[in-house]
Amino acid sequence: MTDLTDLGVAAIRDGVRDGSFSARDVAEAFVAKVSAAKALNAFLVETPDHALAAADAADAAKAAGETLKPLAGVPIGMKDLFCTKGVPATAASLILDGFTPTYESTVSGKLFAAGAGMLGKLNMDQFAMGSSNETSAFGNVISPWKRNDGGNAALTPGGSSGGSAAAIAARLCPGATGTDTGGSIRQPAAFTGIAGIKPTYGRCSRWGVVAFASSLDQAGPMAHDVRDCAILLEAMTGFDAKDATSLDLAVPAWEAGLSADLRGKTIGIPKEYRVEGMPPEIDALWQQGIAWMKDAGAEVIEVSLPHTKYALPAYYIIAPAEASSNLARYDGVRYGLRDLPEGANLQDMYAATRAAGFGDEVKRRIMIGTYVLSAGFYDAYFTQASKVRTLIARDFEHAFQKCDYLLTPTAPSAAFALGEKQADPIAMYLNDVFTVPASLAGLPAMSVPGGLDAQGLPLGLQIIGRPLDEQGVLNAGLAIEQRAGFIARPEAWW
Amino acid sequence: MTEASTYTITGETGEWEVVVGLEVHAQVTSNAKLFSGAATAFGAEPNTQVSLVDAAMPGMLPVPNRECIRQAVRTGMAIDAQINRWSRFDRKNYFYADLPQGYQISQLYHPIVGEGAIDISLDDKNPDASGKTIGVERIHVEQDAGKLMHDQHPTRSYVDLNRSGVALMEIVSKPDMRSPQEAGAYLAKLRSILRYVGSCDGNMDQGSMRADVNVSVRKPGEPFGTRTETKNVNSVRFVMAVVEQEAKRQVAVLESGGRIVQETRLYDPDRNETRSMRSKEDAHDYRYFPDPDLLPLELDEAFLEECRASLPELPDAKRRRYESAGITPYQAAVLTAEVEAARWFDALLEAGAKPVAAANWTTSELFGALNRTGKSIETSPVSPAQAAELLALVADGTLSGTLAKQVFEIMLETGQGAAAIVEERGLKQTSDTGAIEAVIADVLAKNADKVAQYKGGKEALFGFFVGQTMKAMGGKANPQVVNELLKTALA
Repeated sequence: MTDLTDLGVAAIRDGVRDGSFSARDVAEAFVAKVSAAKALNAFLVETPDHALAAADAADAAKAAGETLKPLAGVPIGMKDLFCTKGVPATAASLILDGFTPTYESTVSGKLFAAGAGMLGKLNMDQFAMGSSNETSAFGNVISPWKRNDGGNAALTPGGSSGGSAAAIAARLCPGATGTDTGGSIRQPAAFTGIAGIKPTYGRCSRWGVVAFASSLDQAGPMAHDVRDCAILLEAMTGFDAKDATSLDLAVPAWEAGLSADLRGKTIGIPKEYRVEGMPPEIDALWQQGIAWMKDAGAEVIEVSLPHTKYALPAYYIIAPAEASSNLARYDGVRYGLRDLPEGANLQDMYAATRAAGFGDEVKRRIMIGTYVLSAGFYDAYFTQASKVRTLIARDFEHAFQKCDYLLTPTAPSAAFALGEKQADPIAMYLNDVFTVPASLAGLPAMSVPGGLDAQGLPLGLQIIGRPLDEQGVLNAGLAIEQRAGFIARPEAWW
Repeated sequence: MTEASTYTITGETGEWEVVVGLEVHAQVTSNAKLFSGAATAFGAEPNTQVSLVDAAMPGMLPVPNRECIRQAVRTGMAIDAQINRWSRFDRKNYFYADLPQGYQISQLYHPIVGEGAIDISLDDKNPDASGKTIGVERIHVEQDAGKLMHDQHPTRSYVDLNRSGVALMEIVSKPDMRSPQEAGAYLAKLRSILRYVGSCDGNMDQGSMRADVNVSVRKPGEPFGTRTETKNVNSVRFVMAVVEQEAKRQVAVLESGGRIVQETRLYDPDRNETRSMRSKEDAHDYRYFPDPDLLPLELDEAFLEECRASLPELPDAKRRRYESAGITPYQAAVLTAEVEAARWFDALLEAGAKPVAAANWTTSELFGALNRTGKSIETSPVSPAQAAELLALVADGTLSGTLAKQVFEIMLETGQGAAAIVEERGLKQTSDTGAIEAVIADVLAKNADKVAQYKGGKEALFGFFVGQTMKAMGGKANPQVVNELLKTALA
């Protein structure tokens, strides 16, 4: 019998529906895997009871002859940025240590309502700030992948949704939630050989999701393949009156609409994404992707996004600015950590609590954000960055007059070793160079595995679509997926 | 209408002019907070009206309350202000224990309401004689903060978040006022308008409305001086006192060679003085930026039309209407100052009372009675319909003025209707010439000496005969008929 943990979302769903196996068997198999994979440090909290209860509910519904919910029998992982009722949520920070929400985020609530169970809360970069999962207060997530060079370097799963990516790649869960602010779904998906999509900004409610940068944060699914992403996305998406930026639109039937036939479609290749010093392997993968697109029937043209080079600097002004404000609520007054030194006044308590509760990267971004918003520098930085953001969005609008999707690499390299870039924040920030522009413009974008590099590590290709055209993005992803035939998987060393 | 200032402070170096601007915080009348569904009732137990959003729990998001927006727009329309079809919420970031989010959501850059104006009058008896128009710079909506209590425990401070997130309108005037009277008149008029519109209950003693008073002084004709801001002044009288005291203080400082520093001050009503308040350390750098949790606020024509259509007749229009019906400017001003009184009076007119008689009676008899009994117009024992009935009996000659007063007193005591009282107690005025002639004959017969004096030229005695006749008839005789018949009898 197949190992149930090898199955993806669609296969589990279908198997439970047609009685090939019970949801209980699936949940137990994953619970055991999660429990045995401590070495990866992908889970911060394990919630086997939740997964098992959802499975039993699915089995009971099946036994009663009821129509099963869309995700009945499917256990998933939940990035720790999502508040789930009664389960600790820390956003991988010390400052939220001990915090247990009394409420359910809209996205997790929708997934549970669709029948999904939760295996646990997934490790991540602290407050979603990081591209390597090295900023978690609870230790690095280790990628299940190893280089084939005989070395044994522990690799990054990418970030910030690194726990989600590692857990899926290691078959600890068939799918998981991620959040993407500047590439936090796509880059870790690329680094671990899985698929992940960030939908159009506003598709998924941010209510109950610990905020990093509100105008950029967007939840999305991560899973083994495009179909599984489509299934999860359908369950996560939808208007929420509790989020003023939520889009009041019906949820399309993305899974049913999947098609790898790209005839009549035009794919744009943005020339500005050919950055200096890009590894030849990345370029080769990109060329391969172009060939696959043509093979799927698409026409491929070169397009220009002239303001691309300003995207990263603008992002690293806007995101920290919003973060500095969003994180002001963590002050030791109402929940989480409180550090009250002897004889401390209010200001002292704030300072001590925040000094103890926030990690270095979070502090760095709070300070950058505070600086760029301060009266003397606001116009020079924040106003300017906002203008750049508008220009970048306009670049995409112009490009989409000529083409339907854009194809780019997801990240400028394969996964690097933990510790390798930690000393150099700028080098770390460059990881997001291909993902950030779509985030600034609020566009749907997806990473799918394209192949392996010379060291046997996964590389991803990114498809960026028009606003609300998740279907197009998924379809182009599916076309690549079918042609790439990516079946590589990490060896279970953990 | 704007006139030259007459209020000055005389110092050793000559006359000083006072320049005043007010920033009024008015709590929006709404059952829910600006960005959460939590209730807003006054006087609730601490921290019982706090939602997850108000407590700034992780992942919580603000959603604008349409009713609060509507009230701000209606207020703007009531002062003929520019309504901005596009406005935006900004975050004002600073750390304080009463501010759970670490920022206040406000509208610095793009307020919902732009420039408007409010006409004030400085002489109630003649409202048009000394009027002035005070410019309003803007109205924006923002969240209130929580309340800190430092006196409940020796080493701890308590936080009550009930007010946290309550919607406020900040109504910013231009520095157009030049005297304590103008500042007081502006605040009173603004309060009246807010209460007419229903966008704020104007309860200054409950903190629903409070003013930050900006004061500076200058020699006439010179540019504006440095101003100070006295925070949270909560009555018209105190605002006037702040202007007076602060202006005097500034003149004294300047004349003794000092200079005014731009600072925040507090008013101490017990000592009638303003005091410097320790300013927040980061006050100079609040770090504003557009709130990324909220989309810009865009108002469509249908919404604006709905706001416009829901506006009541405002005090100035009402006053003009009363005046054109013949009511004196003074009475019109008195009747329109408070929305409840105006509503009561309008109901009286609707019940058929004649405007002039109704105004005379309301401003003297009714207001006098309410004053005497310590009641407000809302608790008036006499309804507009009952008053109309009384006035109708006066108008048709059933009751004389004297009888009307008697009947009104009985109405106040018993709550009975005027007609019923007249019927029951026989208080009807009589125009029965036969009966009156008989009484007159009797009066003249009993006072033959005075009749002789009258006929001898002492015409002032006519009033004496009227009085005697009326007295003999128990006040029920129609005075006009008595007059006519007396004249005939004495001819």
